Amino acid sequence: MRPTVGVVVFPGSNCDRDADYSFEYLGADTKFLWHLETDLDGIDVIVLPGGFAYGDYLRTGAMAAYSPVMDSVRRFAAAGKPVIGICNGFQVLCEAGLLPGALRRNSGLRFRCMPVRIRVETLESPFTSGGMWPGQVLTIPIAHFDGSYYAGDETLEELLAERRIAFRYCDAEGELTPESNPNGSRLHIAGILNPERNVLGMMPHPERAVDPAVGGTDGRLILNSLLYSLQPAET
Amino acid sequence: MKFAAHLNVMPRAEISDPQGQTVERTLPAIGFEGITGVRVGKRITFTVEAPDENAARTIAASASEKLLANPVIEDFELELNPL
Amino acid sequence: MTPETATEPPLHRSLGLTDDEYSRIQEILGRAPNHAELAMYSVMWSEHCSYKSSRSHLKDLPSDGPHVLIGPGEGAGVIQVDGIAVAMRIESHNHPSFVEPVQGAATGIGGVVRDVVSMGARPMALLDSLRFGPLPGDTGADRTADRNRWLTGGVVSGISSYGNCIGVPTVGGEIKFESSYSGNPLVNVMCVGVVPVDRIMLARAPGPGNAVLLLGSTTGRDGIGGVSVLASAAFDEEAGTKRPSVQVGDPFTEKLLIEGSLSLIEKGLVVGIQDLGGAGLCCATSESAAKAGTGMTIDLDEVPLREKGMEPFEILTSESQERMLVIMKPELVQDAIDECTRLGLRASVIGEVTDSGRLTVTRGGEVVADVPAASLGDGPLYHRPYTAPTGPRVIRTPAPDPVTAPDEALLKLVASANIASKRWVWEQYDYQVMLNTVAGPGPDAAILRLPGTQTRIAVTVDGNGRYGEIDPREGARHSVAEAYRNLSTVGAEPVAVTNCMNFGNPEIPEVMWQFVEAVQGMGEACRVLETPITGGNVSFYNQTLDDAIYPTPMIGMIGIVAPGSIAPPIGFQNEEDIIVLLGRTKDELGASEYQRTILGALEGPLPELDLNAEATLGWLMRELISRDLLNSAHDCSEGGIGVALAEMAAQGRWGAQIRTEPGRDLIPWLFSETTARVVVAVGPGDLAELKDLAKGIGTPVAELGVVKGKLLSIRGMADIKTAVIKEAYEQGFPRSMGEIEE
Repeated sequence: MRPTVGVVVFPGSNCDRDADYSFEYLGADTKFLWHLETDLDGIDVIVLPGGFAYGDYLRTGAMAAYSPVMDSVRRFAAAGKPVIGICNGFQVLCEAGLLPGALRRNSGLRFRCMPVRIRVETLESPFTSGGMWPGQVLTIPIAHFDGSYYAGDETLEELLAERRIAFRYCDAEGELTPESNPNGSRLHIAGILNPERNVLGMMPHPERAVDPAVGGTDGRLILNSLLYSLQPAET
Repeated sequence: MKFAAHLNVMPRAEISDPQGQTVERTLPAIGFEGITGVRVGKRITFTVEAPDENAARTIAASASEKLLANPVIEDFELELNPL
Repeated sequence: MTPETATEPPLHRSLGLTDDEYSRIQEILGRAPNHAELAMYSVMWSEHCSYKSSRSHLKDLPSDGPHVLIGPGEGAGVIQVDGIAVAMRIESHNHPSFVEPVQGAATGIGGVVRDVVSMGARPMALLDSLRFGPLPGDTGADRTADRNRWLTGGVVSGISSYGNCIGVPTVGGEIKFESSYSGNPLVNVMCVGVVPVDRIMLARAPGPGNAVLLLGSTTGRDGIGGVSVLASAAFDEEAGTKRPSVQVGDPFTEKLLIEGSLSLIEKGLVVGIQDLGGAGLCCATSESAAKAGTGMTIDLDEVPLREKGMEPFEILTSESQERMLVIMKPELVQDAIDECTRLGLRASVIGEVTDSGRLTVTRGGEVVADVPAASLGDGPLYHRPYTAPTGPRVIRTPAPDPVTAPDEALLKLVASANIASKRWVWEQYDYQVMLNTVAGPGPDAAILRLPGTQTRIAVTVDGNGRYGEIDPREGARHSVAEAYRNLSTVGAEPVAVTNCMNFGNPEIPEVMWQFVEAVQGMGEACRVLETPITGGNVSFYNQTLDDAIYPTPMIGMIGIVAPGSIAPPIGFQNEEDIIVLLGRTKDELGASEYQRTILGALEGPLPELDLNAEATLGWLMRELISRDLLNSAHDCSEGGIGVALAEMAAQGRWGAQIRTEPGRDLIPWLFSETTARVVVAVGPGDLAELKDLAKGIGTPVAELGVVKGKLLSIRGMADIKTAVIKEAYEQGFPRSMGEIEE
């Protein structure tokens, strides 16, 4: 079965075509969903791509969180289907309340575009269950100005206790050194899951690490894991 | 009735404010001594039309909480004045 | 002098028109122009829009070649690569960036991106060529150093905020620091776009009866007369008073405008399209009508305004950003408006194409301007006098603590703002979005995959103002050669050029001479290297009071990478690789980085430039790379062999053991900027093949040494640890920007 990936396009999204390219590269069918779309029939995965929805004006993701498509995305997620928010998409998920916390301006007060290393923290999710091992270090690019993950202590404790931190920034050996945290995120958080583990938000761009001609291939592990999770279980 | 709304949005007190810290570090370097506690927020102004002040305040506060400020990281104060 | 001017001299003169120009307007109209018409001629006949000082010198440049589809005179040049059209254009935004660096740079990007969109092309890459005065701590740093740092940070932040938001990757460029730019920085932006050949659009308004639509932002008072005020006069010390003319960029609307324009074109709704840049609505309407031999009526009541009480002349000449003019068949207008509404983009019908040949503007039913459309673009042509300055050019600002030991000189060069890694800059740019960036900032040239194909192009932008100051003709030739060499070093065959000519006040004969010389030098080099010029931009009046900038032609060049060719990295990869210099090193320290940074001087003679040797070397590099013989390669230019080797060590995994040429003085051998040279590293087993190829074509080969250990060890110089070089190279620039506290 070829799963159909719905790539949401907000006004100002700019990684929508990249997500489309990379999911097609990995063998999925894709469909763009303009933010006014509310019908998600036939969609197996929702991607909220990177970019600058509404120019990042007011706060990143703030206005996009109220786009008509988001009510449908909320129902889609509530039905247990997978949603992945990448970069600006992660910011939208937080603003929409689908994930806890917020993404603040990088601690260095500059936009950063660079490959970073992230550590796989849990295999218990469709995004991390296939082909990865706990503690595995992936190299994936970031490109953001507002990627510093913040949540209050209680929320962080909850995330830790429920093993809902998907990825943390680390060095080549998997250590959480201060230099390896590119934006000042609390607990080095690069990606988190909702309690039901079917919604993932992450600042690094796995779709930029799929085609070896223009980047690495570690992003494939995440996207392939997701696509694989949609295949009917073998009997 | 029309009301002028002024919304001050500030990073929450317990949250570090890198912009404010940078400004605070820069001030002495350009000759301004004795300034501490710098925090950078934003001010949003708009006009609300509602039957009375209470109703206007309810609308403005709801908009502030839902969209204009993010309670996870920001506090806000709302001023409302009849026009 | 006509009698009428006696009654109205202040107005036309204060708008920058000469008395003669005013008389000509009267002749064209057969009457005195009204205020709105005068303002229209004033902006359209300004230097920036009319090229009145430069046009006569640009017409002889080579512009034909097998890849060229559209040459100079359109929104952008267009070449054909494997059946895909590639649009290319450079624009300057020097003066706006000096007044307000963040917004100046941001709107500069917006403008050049719209130029490319106006060809129907999707913008796919940006490169920036920036010049500022010296940063604190640099040789030649003076009281302007802090301001130079502020300008540098602001411009980078403007490029970052605007370019990243519109989702066009910034894949390369260059930044240099020279005293001559302290009073006038340069911000040149190059944009590359792609379009199917059969979908190329032109700025034409054919077909009387066709509708004229304005897309994008509202029109405000920002930037009224911006081009004529900012780009057509030199700065005095009160530059701040010109601030009201600077516009604020809105990258979100630009993004919607890109998507909207391309969507309308893709749906076949558009017959002509032009961006609104300098001279705003006045320029876009008159130019597109004139080029199609038609006329146009414009109803100002239909132009969405940002402010109340705007005068007709303000609406016509406003340079409010993020706007585009589209010509379409009337029956398709509703489809277009529906599509724009869906995308959240403003679109208004503001007029109609006519067969009158006139641009007729109405407001409230009254005609407020009525002029022959073509006359606005047919500005005056000046043959400005030019004379060569007398005496050789020598500048001395002795370095505060002269360094004499070669190892210290090398480290100082490697850490200097001109040479150190610009990672601090390009990490602020999204260089990956669109997933076409095969090689982004850092290498000698960027490499891009053309979307939907396996075809790769290489792009670079280069300029050398210091050489130009010594000899503008030679400086321009060198800049072309440098761009050619950068592309060849990543295995690409250069095929086309676009350029931006940055000069001082053309009314000064010595400055005009620099311009004429540089144009001829550029033309000659492009002829020999078979890289036709597809278009360009001229920026005059880059000068504060009496000080003109160094004459600085920026060369943007595109090359095609042969299928299967993979560019080798700069850094040393394998121990025991043999390090080879292709080309010959002469004692040529004139105008070099060594002279500038270590000695604090600028004097000739320039290195000799043999364009045929460059062409030969280029062929050799492409051949070596396509045969996969090279493990590392780096163009040898600023800072000579010494800096090339240091960078290869800093960016690689190993150091090197280098022997020098017997009988040569170390300093000139290390730091000479002799042209037509590349340093490469090859496996020992491949050396013979490399030598055979080089010998066959007549490029000299010198074995410099071997990749080894964790030291850069050059005979006659104290060894330097590669970690120390790496630190100097990576931290030098953040330190210059004050990001690392000492």
